[in-house]
Amino acid sequence: MLGKLDWSAIPLDQPIPLVAGAVVLVAILGVLTWVVVKGHLPYLWSEWITSVDHKRIGVMYILLASVMLLRGGSDAIMMRIQQAVAYQSQGYLPPEHYNQIFSAHGTIMIFFVAMPFVIGLMNLVVPLQLGVRDVAFPTLNSVGFWLTATGALLVNVSLVVGEFARTGWLAFPPLSGLVYSPGVGVDYYAWSLQISGVGTLVAGINLVTTVLKLRTKGMNYLRMPMFCWTTLASNLLIVAAFPILTATLAMLLLDRYLGFHFFTNEAGGNVMMFMNLIWAWGHPEVYILVLPAFGIFSEVVSTFSGKALFGYRSMVLATMAICVVSFMVWLHHFFTMGAGPDVNAIFGIASMIIAIPTGVKIYNWLFTMYGGRIRFATPMLWSVGFMVTFIIGGLTGVLVAVPPADFMLHNSMFLVAHFHNVIIGGVLFGAFAGLEYWFPKAFGFRLDERWGKAAFWFTFIGFYVTFMPLYIAGMLGMTRRLQHYDVAAWRPWMIVAAVGVAVLTIGVICQIVQLVVSIRNREALRDRTGDPWDGRSLEWATSSPPPVFNFAFNPDVRGEDAYWEMKVHARQQSLAHEQPEYQDIEMPRNSPTGFVCAFFATIMGFALIWHIWWMVILGGLGAFATFVVFAWRDHDEYVIPAEEVARIDRSNIEERRNLVSMAGAV
Amino acid sequence: MAMTTTADHARADPHHIGVVIEHPGPAPKRIVTAYGFWVFLLSDIVMFSCFFAAYAVLVGQTAGGPKGAEIFDQRSVAIETVCLLLSSFTCGMASIAADVRNRFWFYLGMTVTCVLGLIFLVLEFREFADLIARGYGPSRSAFLTAFFSLVGCHGLHVSAGVLWLLTMMAQVFAKGFRADVLRRMMCFALFWHALDIIWVGVFSVVYLLGGAP
Repeated sequence: MLGKLDWSAIPLDQPIPLVAGAVVLVAILGVLTWVVVKGHLPYLWSEWITSVDHKRIGVMYILLASVMLLRGGSDAIMMRIQQAVAYQSQGYLPPEHYNQIFSAHGTIMIFFVAMPFVIGLMNLVVPLQLGVRDVAFPTLNSVGFWLTATGALLVNVSLVVGEFARTGWLAFPPLSGLVYSPGVGVDYYAWSLQISGVGTLVAGINLVTTVLKLRTKGMNYLRMPMFCWTTLASNLLIVAAFPILTATLAMLLLDRYLGFHFFTNEAGGNVMMFMNLIWAWGHPEVYILVLPAFGIFSEVVSTFSGKALFGYRSMVLATMAICVVSFMVWLHHFFTMGAGPDVNAIFGIASMIIAIPTGVKIYNWLFTMYGGRIRFATPMLWSVGFMVTFIIGGLTGVLVAVPPADFMLHNSMFLVAHFHNVIIGGVLFGAFAGLEYWFPKAFGFRLDERWGKAAFWFTFIGFYVTFMPLYIAGMLGMTRRLQHYDVAAWRPWMIVAAVGVAVLTIGVICQIVQLVVSIRNREALRDRTGDPWDGRSLEWATSSPPPVFNFAFNPDVRGEDAYWEMKVHARQQSLAHEQPEYQDIEMPRNSPTGFVCAFFATIMGFALIWHIWWMVILGGLGAFATFVVFAWRDHDEYVIPAEEVARIDRSNIEERRNLVSMAGAV
Repeated sequence: MAMTTTADHARADPHHIGVVIEHPGPAPKRIVTAYGFWVFLLSDIVMFSCFFAAYAVLVGQTAGGPKGAEIFDQRSVAIETVCLLLSSFTCGMASIAADVRNRFWFYLGMTVTCVLGLIFLVLEFREFADLIARGYGPSRSAFLTAFFSLVGCHGLHVSAGVLWLLTMMAQVFAKGFRADVLRRMMCFALFWHALDIIWVGVFSVVYLLGGAP
């Protein structure tokens, strides 16, 4: 009846996951009760859960990423403590639990923190920067978000019901095959990634189409803000790479469920094919994450230096070069496979070549700052911190791109330090810069600067204290994923790293405090003009938060830095006083399709993991029925009358006139 | 003012080729939908390419089991191919009928497409059932694993296509040739033709190359 599921799935003998699960459950139930009792449920349902507004969906993506960051961060803290104490002892985490933790940490941080964070920011900002009212496929956008949430939910369910994979975050066979991983851990891993992968693909298709087909009048390709370019590149990579992940995991699942022989040791299966396929997705994935971050830094550096981005065209070229070359380097993840010196040399050189466009970007940011009037607000701090940190990560990356060096450093702590260096220093710093930068746009008030700066410094210093020792431990020969060790020379560095993670934790706490403090002081921090940073691109041309239709009129773009030029012109012409002709605006209607789809996907995923076949069929039928009902709807748009548009727009224009006249007086 | 206009145009014509192309603004819905669906199809083709690659890697790994030449029934595959290619034609007829709002030809075209698709699926199913009955199921060898997955993945797509086709007919029956229904019909046609292109690949790589003795 319930497949493999019975009471033994609940880890009653393991206090840590049980307590953690109980705490999470209590927290969720508490929040739910509060929502219901306070009567917020209808608001939540109609304004958020069923929303197809790209800004709302973007915010929900970022919220999901933030919550999962805390989960993945707890895993990190547990691992660092384990390695600090497990010298010539077993530490406090038994091996099978430790293995689940590092697998879950990697999976969560990449798929459910970094991905939703950058997709959330792209969703929130790109349509505004392009001067349009929504993304290309608003309802699909909501489906994509909720499927991502389903994946995250399934990963967290594995904490209490059953187990998670013990295979590392990429589940290499034959370890992840049925012979060596007979439990449900790998199935949790694979199905949650399959489901959230569909969500990511949908988001990718949506954003590619949005950038290529929905730009406001005059927004030629070479007038798009840099963030739109990096969004385009990143989402092209999603469209080209995520199907590979889907296919690869499908093959692994076929091996596990139906006795196929893609990656088995018997009957002619080929394990190295898995490595090739998974990294053909995995390396582009790195750039899927970091390219949007590059875009964020471009926006931030240009805004806070008060200058147009230096070398805009070279930046575009560098972005697209990275987009292409990122598909030609996957083999550097397994130089030790034994492909031979010629193949290794080609991939080594290709990997080093990627450093060139990245270097171009770094110089462009530096020259943008050069001669600028720099304001060191929090987003700018994250950006400068990124530049310093990312250069170190890039250099160690070029080092491991050299095959002979890689033979020494492969799978060592040096590698762990390297990819944390680029992912934290690149993606996470970028995400935080973007959060600080666009928060006022999303919510209408700025974040507290003092707590923001404190968060930056603790995170920045904490990062170095945590990860520089790992480089050294790697050089001393320490391999990754060790549950315990007997080498005395590694011990001090593990202790320093544990101290570092404590500093990082303070940084995270500062960020939470910052949020709380800012919400309490929101009246003082209110952004009335919609342009709190003296911005340059179109998202600042509308109010904060923007009305549901974003712009009362589709902006007419005449050059790069569209909004900056508008401001300059407005100052010269003392802002035209004529009353514009407002018109009715059609907007997509909210739809519960995404949420209902995800509901059935959750049921189906859970049933597949536990081999509950009747439930699989039920979930599949439900999903198809949802699709048909959605296709049957008659009214998918509603009209906002011109008077309403006028009322909303006029109040903002008034504030903006005041700002411009004040600036003009200076 | 004239000065500014010139300056603006200079920026819109960065290479001084004398042609100023100003982006006209967001594309109409029909274009956006079709474009997005094209992008999806590309991603789907990338997914198929993985199964093609797996087949190419594993085709020689028969593990003592049969080779392609010993199990492929070229006659049945030829009929399948004819069915699928013809169905692309009838699907095209249905699309034209939808464009000119002719219900009779639309239903006829879609019905024939559906029947041809079902014949294809039945033949493929018989091929699979026959192989499994002879003990040559996907678990027999890595070659058969790759064969069943690649051909089966295409078959699953065709099945989904048939389901979509029926939904499309029901939609036209219930809603008529509304703009959104027509957009979906266009996507369906793209999907169906794309499956044909993939089948050409399957036929060539699996049955012709893989069937060589």
